[in-house]
Amino acid sequence: MSNTPDRARPLISSLGLALLVGWIALLVVLSWWMAQVSYRWLPVQASSAAPLVDGLFSFETGVGTFVFGAVVSVMVWVIVKHRAEKYDESDAEPIEGNTRLEVIWTVIPLLLVMAIAVYAMRVNTSLGVLGPMEHIHLANPIEDQGGYPGDRLPAEQVEVIARQWSWEFRYPDAQVSSTELHLPVDQPVTFRLVSDDVIHGFYIPAFRLKQDVIPGRAIDFNLTPTREGRYRLRDSQFSGTWFAANQADVVVESAEAYQAWLQAAAAQPLQPGLSDAVAEFGTRQQLKNPGWATVPPAPPPQVNVPGSNTLPHDA
Amino acid sequence: MTSVTFPPIPPEQPSWSRYFGFNTDAKVIGIQYIVTAFFFFLIGGLLAMIIRGELITPAADLVDRTVYNGIYTMHGTIMLFLFIFPVLNGLNNLLIPTMIGAPDMAFPRLNAVAFWLVPIFGALLIGSFFVPGGPAYSGWWSYPPVSTQNPLGHFVNGQGLWLTAVALSGVSSIMGAVNFVTTILRMRAPGMGFFRMPVFCWTALAAQSLQLIGLPALTGGAVMLLMDLSFGTSFYQPDGGGDPVLYQHFFWFYSHPAVYVIILPVFGIFSELFPVYSRKPLFGYVYVCLASFIIVGLGLVVWVHHMFPSGVSQWMRNLFMFSTMLIAVPTGVKVFAWLGTIWRGKLRLTTPMLFCLGGLFNFVFAGITGIMLATVPVDIHVSNTYFVVGHFHYVIYGAAVMGIFAAIYHWFPKFIGRMPYEGLGKLHFLLTFIGANLNFLPMHPLGLMGMPRRVSSYDPEFAFWNVLASLGAFLLGVSIIPFLLNMVSAWVRGPKAPHNPWNAIGLEWLLPSPPPEDNFGEHVPTVIARPYGYGTGKPLVEHQAELEQALTLQEAST
Repeated sequence: MSNTPDRARPLISSLGLALLVGWIALLVVLSWWMAQVSYRWLPVQASSAAPLVDGLFSFETGVGTFVFGAVVSVMVWVIVKHRAEKYDESDAEPIEGNTRLEVIWTVIPLLLVMAIAVYAMRVNTSLGVLGPMEHIHLANPIEDQGGYPGDRLPAEQVEVIARQWSWEFRYPDAQVSSTELHLPVDQPVTFRLVSDDVIHGFYIPAFRLKQDVIPGRAIDFNLTPTREGRYRLRDSQFSGTWFAANQADVVVESAEAYQAWLQAAAAQPLQPGLSDAVAEFGTRQQLKNPGWATVPPAPPPQVNVPGSNTLPHDA
Repeated sequence: MTSVTFPPIPPEQPSWSRYFGFNTDAKVIGIQYIVTAFFFFLIGGLLAMIIRGELITPAADLVDRTVYNGIYTMHGTIMLFLFIFPVLNGLNNLLIPTMIGAPDMAFPRLNAVAFWLVPIFGALLIGSFFVPGGPAYSGWWSYPPVSTQNPLGHFVNGQGLWLTAVALSGVSSIMGAVNFVTTILRMRAPGMGFFRMPVFCWTALAAQSLQLIGLPALTGGAVMLLMDLSFGTSFYQPDGGGDPVLYQHFFWFYSHPAVYVIILPVFGIFSELFPVYSRKPLFGYVYVCLASFIIVGLGLVVWVHHMFPSGVSQWMRNLFMFSTMLIAVPTGVKVFAWLGTIWRGKLRLTTPMLFCLGGLFNFVFAGITGIMLATVPVDIHVSNTYFVVGHFHYVIYGAAVMGIFAAIYHWFPKFIGRMPYEGLGKLHFLLTFIGANLNFLPMHPLGLMGMPRRVSSYDPEFAFWNVLASLGAFLLGVSIIPFLLNMVSAWVRGPKAPHNPWNAIGLEWLLPSPPPEDNFGEHVPTVIARPYGYGTGKPLVEHQAELEQALTLQEAST
């Protein structure tokens, strides 16, 4: 149905063409600016993954701004310029399609999204966060090296146990357990994620990383913190009544401070760790009409260091 | 008056009570569906107001956490299974037979049964608020094991009722899908080949095919979950050797295509309405038709993108990222086709057109955040955060619900026989557009900052954007008032509608308003052209001038 209108008339005047080019240039500048601004919408970058993820997001923000801006420009132009006059009941010129245009707007988006996908896949590969996942009874020593080239073996392995509703971190080498996660800066670490009850989500926004913790599986998860500070770990997969309160703090510190913390922790006797859910459950049970039924929280884990989850955090 | 005229003179006003009984007329069932859907829309909306009331402050202080979890679960469930699917089935019932010139649906009694299941499972769901322990609380995904914990241990519990309701909803939707697909395939007017069929019917055919393919997976998955919950099986229980992630595959194998079941008919509505209010043919009609089926094919192989952080391996993440990206192409084709349609048209900014333009604006925004979510590294950061909540509310409310409002304003005169009020309609549009953007835009920065969805409390740094979102939500709550006022007052005492108030092209506009029970009856016109022949001067059917003259005469005489 390529019923192009008479070709004799130029499609656009030279002034119009100049304005169009100018507008597109403006959109490009705007998109570039949005791509820069987009970094500010995200929390501080505290892991080696963060700059890669943020770079991809910034690129997508730039491309997205351009596409959105272009579509909205056309819409606004049409709404302003192509409105029917009052009392004009007639129809517009019937253009039923244009094969060349249709091919163009199929091929260009196709190339664009494939380019984005290839970019994303490369970022994904260099993140290398995910080791192989096995059901626990299939555990195999090789899995501990998942995602790491041989020369970058993780310095530390931390076992993460998710419960309704608390997080427990165990450092097998130092024989230490805690409800506050401590990590040395700039050192790769492997987590071994397990759950005692339901699915939880291991999510540290400042690291840009997230992995569901599946009961019945041990999932190896690799990352490298790159910035000292105190960050939030949040449960990201709905886990029941105190899901929202299932948070822990992550402290990234220098190697010396980390070793000092481990040694001090090892000297501490076991004591109840942090669990906001347990505390809230206690007061809730005093109420005459507490609400609907709930699974009672698991008792707080016995740990060397409860730590804190009320100090100010960077992200 | 008994003289033979064509089209036949509608019989005396049929009784209003037919809307409350087991009626097999598709047009009655359509209105039953839509009114029922909006009843549940108000309940789901009220729950949303409570959610946003709780989230206007960081602490969990408005309702107990258990109550919050029940309410957000029921909000999602009601809006999907009791509002959006029924309201679309209502439009299907009204539009498919009239658009293709059929007297009714292929299986009228099955159609009525499918509808009457809706109030039944609706009552089950609402009733679950009153059982001991409260309603289901594990979100509309109901991922095990959290969904099978059953804290009170009663056999009758909120989660069990929820699963029964979802399974019944699946049965109802399958019945509906069988009917719609058969009707479209078998009952088109003479001369109406597939490439003379209105795009709404194409999209309905595509969407209902998806229902037929996908729903068995969800319904089966839900039944297995019910067995785990109530009868001690362990399909998904890790202690019994089951796999909780298996449920996620069953669930998303349907529930991702479900998004296309919702959005495809809305694409159909946009494709119908842009030509009418731009006075131009739909740009690239054939391509738009085919794009729907490309979306169906691709839509079936993208479900794992909901599970990127769920414990799937790296190759699956990459594969499903590519397939998801491909969907942007046929979807983009449609967006460009609509832009091509309105380009150099003669736009009339009526209420339905405003809703279409607003819906297109929101949809393009949602499409861009959708691309971001498709890329694995970004998704790993923002999945299960408010970024996703913002994204899908832009799709479902910003695009789909706005498209549905457009359809209601556009076809109200046809099926009710009265004109809705433009002023109230425009007010409704303005409040909806501002409210939706104010409500859902702030969710994106929240998600990027790392606020998980489904939380009943949050850290204070998220307060600012949450206050804005809540204000937007309350505005959205208010926006429904002019709509209800408009619908009720127009139905009761609106000006009488002529057969074709918008000067639109389509078989449904060659029927009186409202159409008689059997539509064209024996006198189905023969279709001789493609739809949307605006500006071409070509008639759609044989003897079109006589038909229209008869309709005009009939209107003049009453």
